[in-house]
Amino acid sequence: MSVLRPDESAARELAGLQQPLASAVPWDPATGDGTLVNDPAQRAPLVLGNRDFHSITETVCGYVEKGPGRWWNPAFLIAAHVAGLMPLMIIYLIITGVGVWGLNNQVDWAWDITNFVFWIGIGHAGTLISAILCLLKQKWRTSINRAAEAMTIFAVICAGTFPGIHIGRVWMAWMLAPVPNSNAIWSNFSSPLLWDVFAVSTYATVSLLFWYMGMIPDFATLRDRAALRLGLNPAGGQRLPIINVSVDMIRARVYGFLSMGWRFSTRHWINYEKAYLMLAGISTPLVLSVHSIVSFDFATSVIPGWHTTIFPPYFVAGAIFGGFAMVLLLIIPSRELCPGMKDIVTRRHLENMAKIILLTGMMVGFAYAMEFFIAAYSGNKFETDVFVYNRLMPPFLADTLGGGRYAPYWWAYWAMIFCNVVTPQVFWFKRGRQSIPVIFAVAFFVTIGMWFERFVIIVTSLHRAFLPGEWHMFFPTLVDILTFVGSIGTFLTLYLLFMRFLPQFAMSEIKAVMPQANPHAHGHDHHTHDDHHAGGTHAATKHSPNTPTTGGEA
Amino acid sequence: MSSTTTITGTPNAGTAQGTYGIIAEFPDPATTFHAAEVVRDAGYAKWDVYSPFPIHGIDEAMGIKPNKLPLMVGLLGLTGAALGFAFQFFVRTDYAIVHQGKPASAWQVLVPVTFEFGVIFTAFSALLGMLAFNALPMWFHPLLKKERFLRVSDDRFIIAVEAKDAKFDPEQTKQLLLHAGATRVETVSDE
Repeated sequence: MSVLRPDESAARELAGLQQPLASAVPWDPATGDGTLVNDPAQRAPLVLGNRDFHSITETVCGYVEKGPGRWWNPAFLIAAHVAGLMPLMIIYLIITGVGVWGLNNQVDWAWDITNFVFWIGIGHAGTLISAILCLLKQKWRTSINRAAEAMTIFAVICAGTFPGIHIGRVWMAWMLAPVPNSNAIWSNFSSPLLWDVFAVSTYATVSLLFWYMGMIPDFATLRDRAALRLGLNPAGGQRLPIINVSVDMIRARVYGFLSMGWRFSTRHWINYEKAYLMLAGISTPLVLSVHSIVSFDFATSVIPGWHTTIFPPYFVAGAIFGGFAMVLLLIIPSRELCPGMKDIVTRRHLENMAKIILLTGMMVGFAYAMEFFIAAYSGNKFETDVFVYNRLMPPFLADTLGGGRYAPYWWAYWAMIFCNVVTPQVFWFKRGRQSIPVIFAVAFFVTIGMWFERFVIIVTSLHRAFLPGEWHMFFPTLVDILTFVGSIGTFLTLYLLFMRFLPQFAMSEIKAVMPQANPHAHGHDHHTHDDHHAGGTHAATKHSPNTPTTGGEA
Repeated sequence: MSSTTTITGTPNAGTAQGTYGIIAEFPDPATTFHAAEVVRDAGYAKWDVYSPFPIHGIDEAMGIKPNKLPLMVGLLGLTGAALGFAFQFFVRTDYAIVHQGKPASAWQVLVPVTFEFGVIFTAFSALLGMLAFNALPMWFHPLLKKERFLRVSDDRFIIAVEAKDAKFDPEQTKQLLLHAGATRVETVSDE
């Protein structure tokens, strides 16, 4: 056919042979993006910019095909270098011994386990968004679930490293798993530490399956776009240096393999949605169980400050709290660096997350208060002393209130209270939770505060045992600090790779919650068939008022 | 909705050899939805709607009945939990660790790991079961060779009727789809 078919323009545009049509309405920061409506009768739009399905595909796949932007290369370079610290420090630790950390006879868990609980907690927001919000039919989750799930996987990778390296003889780490061995020794299934191994590895696996399953249709979209470009330009467009292979050929093969040959069949979609719902259903108790089991590591011991029944719900709330803060820390800069995302992650989304931070922050604050109450109510001197003289009492009140004693880690405790309980309170005010800089600042404080929370729980409870002769302070060494910094670098490196090579948004899910996706949008009666031609969603088909032709080309 | 029952019989004699079927493109979800009802009521069995996302309520419009996937996943999940419990029970019998004066028969400590076993079996059977019920992975398919079809993953809506269907007739099926609101109808060869 010599005449350009109407939809050929879309394919030519994909191949870079034609300028894209002007799509999104530019975002206007002065007037806000219009999603912060107060009227409860009016639903805020989930996607802005008068976008159609094609423009969502174009934006999301654009980040993979053209890259997220010029900033990506330097950002990746820096993050990857910081990440390099982690293997260096781990190798140094293994060839020298755990003495390179600041641990001592009394404080035998410190930054290692603090970092473990910190990272695993961050991982919980991803599953919360993808599973619990899915079951609660919160449609706004579709814009952030992919990024949050990715973050979960990367946080769990960072988390899993620390218990692996803190065991002393790292080469014996395989004994964490119950494997038959020549000594005929089996793991102790009564120990919460072993439950932890199972909980964390199950969580990592299930999160990975959930993430992958969500990406299957989006991999297929990337595959089809690459195939269309190859069809238009068999030479293959951009080629890799040295090996001289077409990039689109690689995309068509790799994304094609990962997509499992998905072809968007409705009979497949129905099973897919069912399986997705079942994964969400099983992930919900899983996410609650994982941090509960992490808290059992502490709660089942008899150490004052750890021996508390409130730990499981308190840890779960804290995990969601810290996880949402990390999602915001990643999403807010992404949206500034890739302005196209502002149509998909609206200010409403950020406000919703701010509200969840406020809620979970209050739960965490309640738990902090309840620990003190139970310590006092128990009448146990050791329990009260841990809270008052290991954590709470600042030096300047020691003479007036503390009888001359003060808590050596008072600064850590008060940093935690300030970051986790005080700063989220700005979200009571609309101006606070609707201002992006304020949300970012609070998320930053919460992330710091949640790290301090784990430090306070672990180190302040351990550093003073029942006899004053067993009192030792813990000070981190450079190796402690650089290992943690390296884990942040690892996390960011993995996230940047995700932004570059994988679909950052669940395209099929976003399309499904757009108004054009509603099959009953035009008052068509469900059961009559006589008005098919009564009109279509013109917004949905910007490129294709296709002329009805019956070209039987095979 | 008797139309969903599979009609057995030899393929229509008029079908050209080497034809996979007919694909018809529809402009939007609403038209696709109603066209699905038309094809369902016409009594076709081997046909499908292809859309970039699952259209709400389309299973009913297509007359698809619920299958046994949830039942299978549930049973496999419970099997996993049972295996997890049995494994721990065996380990504790094979290598008894006496600790904290707790009785060796205490089953409560086995609950967390039993639960995790159940979860992991459920998750794998949900993903693998979904793929198995969908006959995936299938990296090669006649439809995936059709340029027009590849746009479904972006923003197109297509109904494909297979030539294997007993009611398939190249001309009549095409007319039915056009009448149902198709903007373009094409034949797909079965390479």
